[in-house]
Amino acid sequence: MGPLIPNGIIGGGWDFVIAILIGVAFGFILEASGFSSSRNLAGVFYGYNFVVLRVFFTALIVAMVGIIYFDFLGWLDLSKIFILPTFLTPMIVGGVIMGFGFIIGGYCPGTSFTGIAIGKLDAVFFTVGLYLGIFAFSLAYPLFEGFFTSGALGNVTLTDVTGIPAHWFALAFTVVALAAFWGTMFIEKRVRKNMKQYKF
Amino acid sequence: MNMNNTIIDQPKYINPYLGGVLLGLLILATVYITGRGLGASGSIKSAVVTTSNTIAPEATKANSYMGKFVSDDHSPMYTWLVFESLGVLLGGLLSGIIFGRTKKFRTDHGPKITSKRRWIYATIGGALFGIGSQFGRGCTSGAALSGTATFALGGVIVMFAIFGTGYVISYFFRKMWI
Repeated sequence: MGPLIPNGIIGGGWDFVIAILIGVAFGFILEASGFSSSRNLAGVFYGYNFVVLRVFFTALIVAMVGIIYFDFLGWLDLSKIFILPTFLTPMIVGGVIMGFGFIIGGYCPGTSFTGIAIGKLDAVFFTVGLYLGIFAFSLAYPLFEGFFTSGALGNVTLTDVTGIPAHWFALAFTVVALAAFWGTMFIEKRVRKNMKQYKF
Repeated sequence: MNMNNTIIDQPKYINPYLGGVLLGLLILATVYITGRGLGASGSIKSAVVTTSNTIAPEATKANSYMGKFVSDDHSPMYTWLVFESLGVLLGGLLSGIIFGRTKKFRTDHGPKITSKRRWIYATIGGALFGIGSQFGRGCTSGAALSGTATFALGGVIVMFAIFGTGYVISYFFRKMWI
Protein backbone atom coordinates (compact mmCIF):
# COMPACT_ATOMS: atom_id res chain seq x y z
CA MET A 1 0.00 0.00 0.00
CA GLY A 2 1.20 3.48 -0.88
CA PRO A 3 2.80 5.88 -0.29
CA LEU A 4 5.69 3.54 -1.06
CA ILE A 5 8.65 5.38 0.45
CA PRO A 6 6.99 6.51 3.72
CA ASN A 7 5.69 2.95 4.14
CA GLY A 8 9.18 1.54 3.65
CA ILE A 9 8.24 -0.47 0.54
CA ILE A 10 10.88 1.39 -1.45
CA GLY A 11 14.03 2.07 0.57
CA GLY A 12 14.97 5.67 1.39
CA GLY A 13 18.20 5.21 -0.57
CA TRP A 14 16.23 5.45 -3.80
CA ASP A 15 14.83 8.83 -2.81
CA PHE A 16 17.13 10.98 -4.91
CA VAL A 17 17.13 8.69 -7.94
CA ILE A 18 13.34 8.83 -7.92
CA ALA A 19 13.49 12.61 -7.41
CA ILE A 20 15.55 13.05 -10.57
CA LEU A 21 13.32 10.71 -12.61
CA ILE A 22 10.16 12.48 -11.46
CA GLY A 23 11.82 15.81 -12.22
CA VAL A 24 12.75 14.67 -15.73
CA ALA A 25 9.15 13.67 -16.40
CA PHE A 26 7.87 16.95 -14.92
CA GLY A 27 10.28 19.07 -16.99
CA PHE A 28 9.53 17.10 -20.14
CA ILE A 29 5.76 17.51 -19.79
CA LEU A 30 6.02 21.23 -19.03
CA GLU A 31 8.33 21.91 -21.97
CA ALA A 32 6.48 19.70 -24.41
CA SER A 33 3.22 21.50 -23.51
CA GLY A 34 4.77 24.90 -24.30
CA PHE A 35 5.38 26.13 -20.74
CA SER A 36 8.95 27.09 -21.60
CA SER A 37 7.67 30.25 -23.31
CA SER A 38 6.58 33.19 -21.17
CA ARG A 39 4.38 34.43 -24.00
CA ASN A 40 2.44 31.18 -23.97
CA LEU A 41 2.06 31.39 -20.20
CA ALA A 42 0.98 35.05 -20.09
CA GLY A 43 -1.59 34.25 -22.77
CA VAL A 44 -3.90 32.81 -20.14
CA PHE A 45 -4.36 36.29 -18.65
CA TYR A 46 -4.92 38.03 -21.99
CA GLY A 47 -7.03 35.40 -23.70
CA TYR A 48 -4.76 34.61 -26.63
CA ASN A 49 -3.44 31.29 -25.33
CA PHE A 50 -5.19 29.15 -22.73
CA VAL A 51 -2.63 26.35 -22.67
CA VAL A 52 -1.95 26.99 -18.96
CA LEU A 53 -5.61 26.57 -18.05
CA ARG A 54 -5.96 23.43 -20.18
CA VAL A 55 -2.91 21.65 -18.83
CA PHE A 56 -3.34 22.81 -15.23
CA PHE A 57 -7.03 21.97 -14.89
CA THR A 58 -6.72 18.64 -16.72
CA ALA A 59 -3.83 17.67 -14.45
CA LEU A 60 -5.84 18.62 -11.37
CA ILE A 61 -8.86 16.59 -12.44
CA VAL A 62 -6.75 13.51 -13.22
CA ALA A 63 -4.77 13.75 -9.98
CA MET A 64 -7.84 14.43 -7.80
CA VAL A 65 -9.91 11.61 -9.28
CA GLY A 66 -6.86 9.32 -9.21
CA ILE A 67 -6.21 9.96 -5.54
CA ILE A 68 -9.86 9.28 -4.70
CA TYR A 69 -9.75 5.96 -6.61
CA PHE A 70 -6.40 4.96 -5.10
CA ASP A 71 -7.92 5.58 -1.67
CA PHE A 72 -11.12 3.71 -2.58
CA LEU A 73 -9.16 0.70 -3.88
CA GLY A 74 -6.98 0.72 -0.77
CA TRP A 75 -3.78 1.44 -2.70
CA LEU A 76 -2.94 4.68 -0.95
CA ASP A 77 -3.06 5.51 2.75
CA LEU A 78 -4.24 9.12 2.69
CA SER A 79 -3.31 9.60 6.34
CA LYS A 80 0.32 9.23 5.33
CA ILE A 81 0.44 11.73 2.48
CA PHE A 82 1.65 15.27 2.98
CA ILE A 83 -1.10 17.86 3.23
CA LEU A 84 0.10 21.40 2.70
CA PRO A 85 -0.45 23.34 5.94
CA THR A 86 -2.79 26.31 5.76
CA PHE A 87 -1.83 29.76 7.01
CA LEU A 88 -4.84 31.77 5.98
CA THR A 89 -3.79 35.42 5.53
CA PRO A 90 -0.09 34.77 4.77
CA MET A 91 -1.12 32.42 1.96
CA ILE A 92 -3.58 34.89 0.47
CA VAL A 93 -0.91 37.60 0.62
CA GLY A 94 1.67 35.19 -0.83
CA GLY A 95 -0.68 34.22 -3.65
CA VAL A 96 -1.38 37.88 -4.48
CA ILE A 97 2.37 38.65 -4.56
CA MET A 98 2.89 35.59 -6.79
CA GLY A 99 0.09 36.84 -9.07
CA PHE A 100 2.05 40.07 -9.57
CA GLY A 101 5.21 38.02 -10.06
CA PHE A 102 3.50 35.91 -12.71
CA ILE A 103 2.22 38.86 -14.77
CA ILE A 104 5.40 40.93 -14.45
CA GLY A 105 7.84 38.04 -14.66
CA GLY A 106 5.99 35.89 -17.19
CA TYR A 107 6.99 32.61 -15.56
CA CYS A 108 6.53 30.64 -12.41
CA PRO A 109 9.51 28.84 -10.85
CA GLY A 110 9.05 25.37 -12.42
CA THR A 111 8.36 26.73 -15.88
CA SER A 112 11.35 29.09 -15.71
CA PHE A 113 13.61 26.06 -15.21
CA THR A 114 12.35 24.55 -18.47
CA GLY A 115 12.78 27.95 -20.15
CA ILE A 116 16.42 27.97 -19.07
CA ALA A 117 16.84 24.44 -20.37
CA ILE A 118 16.02 25.54 -23.92
CA GLY A 119 17.91 28.83 -23.84
CA LYS A 120 15.34 31.47 -22.86
CA LEU A 121 17.22 34.40 -21.37
CA ASP A 122 14.13 35.90 -19.74
CA ALA A 123 13.79 32.63 -17.82
CA VAL A 124 17.38 33.01 -16.60
CA PHE A 125 16.61 36.52 -15.33
CA PHE A 126 13.40 35.29 -13.71
CA THR A 127 15.32 32.61 -11.80
CA VAL A 128 17.95 35.13 -10.71
CA GLY A 129 15.04 37.24 -9.46
CA LEU A 130 13.64 34.24 -7.58
CA TYR A 131 16.96 33.81 -5.84
CA LEU A 132 17.19 37.50 -4.94
CA GLY A 133 13.59 37.57 -3.72
CA ILE A 134 14.00 34.56 -1.46
CA PHE A 135 17.28 35.97 -0.14
CA ALA A 136 15.66 39.32 0.62
CA PHE A 137 12.73 37.53 2.25
CA SER A 138 15.09 35.55 4.51
CA LEU A 139 17.02 38.65 5.59
CA ALA A 140 13.83 40.59 6.33
CA TYR A 141 12.10 37.61 7.96
CA PRO A 142 12.47 38.82 11.59
CA LEU A 143 10.35 41.87 10.65
CA PHE A 144 7.28 39.83 9.79
CA GLU A 145 7.83 36.56 11.61
CA GLY A 146 4.60 37.05 13.55
CA PHE A 147 2.56 37.58 10.40
CA PHE A 148 4.28 34.68 8.59
CA THR A 149 3.05 32.13 11.12
CA SER A 150 -0.36 33.74 11.72
CA GLY A 151 -3.68 32.19 10.73
CA ALA A 152 -2.35 28.65 11.17
CA LEU A 153 -5.11 26.08 10.62
CA GLY A 154 -2.81 23.06 10.44
CA ASN A 155 -2.57 20.49 7.64
CA VAL A 156 -6.22 20.67 6.72
CA THR A 157 -8.03 19.48 3.61
CA LEU A 158 -11.21 20.92 2.12
CA THR A 159 -13.07 18.01 3.71
CA ASP A 160 -11.65 18.78 7.17
CA VAL A 161 -12.88 22.36 6.90
CA THR A 162 -16.29 21.85 5.29
CA GLY A 163 -17.22 18.29 6.15
CA ILE A 164 -18.08 17.68 2.49
CA PRO A 165 -16.46 14.47 1.13
CA ALA A 166 -13.54 14.94 -1.28
CA HIS A 167 -15.30 13.36 -4.27
CA TRP A 168 -17.83 16.19 -4.33
CA PHE A 169 -15.01 18.68 -4.66
CA ALA A 170 -13.49 16.61 -7.46
CA LEU A 171 -16.85 16.51 -9.23
CA ALA A 172 -17.49 20.25 -8.82
CA PHE A 173 -14.00 20.98 -10.00
CA THR A 174 -14.41 18.77 -13.06
CA VAL A 175 -17.66 20.50 -14.04
CA VAL A 176 -16.09 23.95 -13.66
CA ALA A 177 -13.00 22.86 -15.61
CA LEU A 178 -15.03 21.41 -18.49
CA ALA A 179 -17.07 24.62 -18.70
CA ALA A 180 -13.84 26.62 -18.70
CA PHE A 181 -12.34 24.44 -21.48
CA TRP A 182 -15.42 25.04 -23.59
CA GLY A 183 -15.76 28.77 -22.90
CA THR A 184 -12.11 29.65 -23.37
CA MET A 185 -12.09 27.97 -26.77
CA PHE A 186 -14.30 30.79 -28.09
CA ILE A 187 -12.49 33.54 -26.24
CA GLU A 188 -9.15 32.36 -27.63
CA LYS A 189 -10.44 32.30 -31.19
CA ARG A 190 -11.85 35.82 -30.90
CA VAL A 191 -8.77 37.34 -29.27
CA ARG A 192 -6.38 35.71 -31.73
CA LYS A 193 -8.27 37.24 -34.64
CA ASN A 194 -7.40 40.73 -33.49
CA MET A 195 -3.86 40.07 -32.44
CA LYS A 196 -0.48 40.52 -34.00
CA GLN A 197 1.40 37.35 -34.65
CA TYR A 198 3.97 36.13 -32.26
CA LYS A 199 7.01 34.07 -32.84
CA PHE A 200 8.55 31.62 -30.44
CA MET B 1 -2.02 42.28 -39.44
CA ASN B 2 -2.68 38.71 -40.36
CA MET B 3 -6.25 37.73 -39.75
CA ASN B 4 -6.10 33.99 -39.81
CA ASN B 5 -2.80 33.01 -38.30
CA THR B 6 -1.63 34.47 -35.02
CA ILE B 7 1.16 32.08 -34.22
CA ILE B 8 3.80 31.74 -36.88
CA ASP B 9 6.16 28.83 -36.93
CA GLN B 10 4.16 27.22 -34.16
CA PRO B 11 6.54 24.71 -32.66
CA LYS B 12 5.35 21.19 -32.17
CA TYR B 13 3.71 21.19 -28.80
CA ILE B 14 1.82 18.20 -27.53
CA ASN B 15 -1.93 18.49 -27.18
CA PRO B 16 -2.58 20.48 -23.95
CA TYR B 17 -5.14 17.95 -22.71
CA LEU B 18 -2.65 15.14 -23.26
CA GLY B 19 -0.06 17.22 -21.39
CA GLY B 20 -2.58 17.69 -18.59
CA VAL B 21 -3.39 13.99 -18.34
CA LEU B 22 0.33 13.14 -18.24
CA LEU B 23 0.97 15.80 -15.60
CA GLY B 24 -1.97 14.57 -13.53
CA LEU B 25 -0.70 10.99 -13.71
CA LEU B 26 2.75 12.21 -12.72
CA ILE B 27 1.33 13.96 -9.63
CA LEU B 28 -0.58 10.80 -8.78
CA ALA B 29 2.54 8.66 -9.19
CA THR B 30 4.61 11.12 -7.16
CA VAL B 31 2.11 11.10 -4.29
CA TYR B 32 1.84 7.30 -4.50
CA ILE B 33 5.62 6.82 -4.39
CA THR B 34 6.83 9.63 -2.14
CA GLY B 35 3.73 10.71 -0.23
CA ARG B 36 4.32 14.30 -1.42
CA GLY B 37 3.68 16.32 -4.54
CA LEU B 38 5.88 18.16 -7.01
CA GLY B 39 7.68 21.41 -6.29
CA ALA B 40 10.04 24.03 -7.67
CA SER B 41 10.61 27.10 -5.50
CA GLY B 42 12.00 24.98 -2.66
CA SER B 43 15.14 24.23 -4.65
CA ILE B 44 15.92 27.93 -5.05
CA LYS B 45 15.42 28.35 -1.32
CA SER B 46 17.98 25.57 -0.82
CA ALA B 47 20.37 27.42 -3.11
CA VAL B 48 19.87 30.63 -1.11
CA VAL B 49 20.49 28.87 2.21
CA THR B 50 23.54 27.07 0.79
CA THR B 51 25.27 30.17 -0.57
CA SER B 52 24.45 32.13 2.56
CA ASN B 53 25.75 29.29 4.73
CA THR B 54 28.99 29.14 2.73
CA ILE B 55 29.66 32.88 2.87
CA ALA B 56 28.47 33.58 6.41
CA PRO B 57 27.68 30.39 8.36
CA GLU B 58 27.18 32.11 11.71
CA ALA B 59 24.78 34.72 10.36
CA THR B 60 22.87 32.04 8.46
CA LYS B 61 22.37 29.88 11.54
CA ALA B 62 21.36 32.98 13.47
CA ASN B 63 18.80 33.98 10.82
CA SER B 64 15.49 32.77 12.18
CA TYR B 65 14.29 31.71 8.69
CA MET B 66 17.35 30.21 7.02
CA GLY B 67 18.55 28.69 10.31
CA LYS B 68 15.65 26.23 10.12
CA PHE B 69 17.05 24.72 6.92
CA VAL B 70 20.67 24.39 8.01
CA SER B 71 21.70 21.01 9.33
CA ASP B 72 25.07 19.78 10.51
CA ASP B 73 25.06 16.42 8.80
CA HIS B 74 24.28 17.40 5.22
CA SER B 75 24.30 20.36 2.86
CA PRO B 76 20.98 22.17 2.27
CA MET B 77 21.46 21.22 -1.39
CA TYR B 78 21.03 17.57 -0.46
CA THR B 79 17.24 17.70 -0.52
CA TRP B 80 14.56 16.01 -2.60
CA LEU B 81 13.43 19.19 -4.36
CA VAL B 82 16.94 20.10 -5.51
CA PHE B 83 17.31 16.73 -7.22
CA GLU B 84 13.83 17.00 -8.65
CA SER B 85 14.60 20.46 -10.04
CA LEU B 86 17.79 19.18 -11.68
CA GLY B 87 15.53 16.59 -13.26
CA VAL B 88 13.21 19.36 -14.48
CA LEU B 89 16.14 21.03 -16.24
CA LEU B 90 17.14 17.72 -17.84
CA GLY B 91 13.58 16.86 -18.83
CA GLY B 92 13.04 20.31 -20.31
CA LEU B 93 16.25 19.99 -22.29
CA LEU B 94 15.30 16.52 -23.49
CA SER B 95 11.91 17.73 -24.73
CA GLY B 96 13.54 20.80 -26.29
CA ILE B 97 15.98 18.60 -28.20
CA ILE B 98 13.32 16.14 -29.34
CA PHE B 99 10.96 18.87 -30.57
CA GLY B 100 13.72 21.07 -31.95
CA ARG B 101 13.46 24.04 -29.62
CA THR B 102 17.02 24.21 -28.33
CA LYS B 103 18.16 26.87 -30.75
CA LYS B 104 20.29 29.86 -29.79
CA PHE B 105 19.75 31.94 -26.67
CA ARG B 106 16.67 34.12 -27.07
CA THR B 107 14.15 36.19 -25.16
CA ASP B 108 10.37 36.07 -25.31
CA HIS B 109 8.76 39.46 -24.97
CA GLY B 110 5.62 41.31 -25.98
CA PRO B 111 5.66 43.31 -29.24
CA LYS B 112 5.76 46.66 -27.42
CA ILE B 113 8.82 46.10 -25.26
CA THR B 114 12.49 45.36 -25.90
CA SER B 115 14.43 42.30 -24.71
CA LYS B 116 16.32 44.42 -22.20
CA ARG B 117 13.11 45.73 -20.69
CA ARG B 118 11.79 42.19 -20.54
CA TRP B 119 14.87 41.10 -18.57
CA ILE B 120 14.25 43.83 -16.00
CA TYR B 121 10.60 42.83 -15.65
CA ALA B 122 11.53 39.14 -15.47
CA THR B 123 13.96 39.85 -12.63
CA ILE B 124 11.41 41.92 -10.71
CA GLY B 125 8.69 39.34 -11.33
CA GLY B 126 10.99 36.55 -10.24
CA ALA B 127 11.84 38.38 -7.03
CA LEU B 128 8.14 38.90 -6.28
CA PHE B 129 7.41 35.25 -7.03
CA GLY B 130 10.24 34.25 -4.71
CA ILE B 131 8.88 36.35 -1.86
CA GLY B 132 5.29 35.26 -2.47
CA SER B 133 6.22 31.60 -2.59
CA GLN B 134 7.62 31.80 0.93
CA PHE B 135 4.39 33.28 2.31
CA GLY B 136 2.39 30.81 0.21
CA ARG B 137 4.39 27.82 1.46
CA GLY B 138 5.08 26.88 -2.14
CA CYS B 139 4.63 28.14 -5.66
CA THR B 140 2.39 27.13 -8.54
CA SER B 141 3.81 23.57 -8.50
CA GLY B 142 4.08 22.83 -4.80
CA ALA B 143 1.12 24.77 -3.42
CA ALA B 144 -1.36 25.53 -6.20
CA LEU B 145 -1.02 22.31 -8.21
CA SER B 146 0.09 19.59 -5.76
CA GLY B 147 -1.72 21.21 -2.83
CA THR B 148 -5.03 21.43 -4.65
CA ALA B 149 -4.60 17.92 -6.10
CA THR B 150 -4.39 16.56 -2.55
CA PHE B 151 -7.42 18.68 -1.55
CA ALA B 152 -5.37 20.86 0.81
CA LEU B 153 -7.22 24.06 1.72
CA GLY B 154 -3.99 26.04 1.48
CA GLY B 155 -3.37 24.84 -2.06
CA VAL B 156 -6.79 26.02 -3.21
CA ILE B 157 -6.27 29.40 -1.52
CA VAL B 158 -2.90 29.91 -3.23
CA MET B 159 -4.26 28.80 -6.62
CA PHE B 160 -7.19 31.25 -6.51
CA ALA B 161 -5.00 34.03 -5.13
CA ILE B 162 -2.38 33.67 -7.90
CA PHE B 163 -4.74 33.38 -10.85
CA GLY B 164 -7.35 35.76 -9.40
CA THR B 165 -4.70 38.43 -8.91
CA GLY B 166 -3.33 37.76 -12.38
CA TYR B 167 -6.70 38.42 -13.99
CA VAL B 168 -7.41 41.50 -11.85
CA ILE B 169 -4.10 43.21 -12.61
CA SER B 170 -3.46 41.93 -16.16
CA TYR B 171 -5.13 45.01 -17.70
CA PHE B 172 -2.61 47.35 -16.07
CA PHE B 173 0.36 45.38 -17.35
CA ARG B 174 -0.99 44.67 -20.84
CA LYS B 175 1.72 46.69 -22.60
CA MET B 176 4.22 44.06 -21.47
CA TRP B 177 2.46 41.30 -23.37
CA ILE B 178 0.03 42.44 -26.06
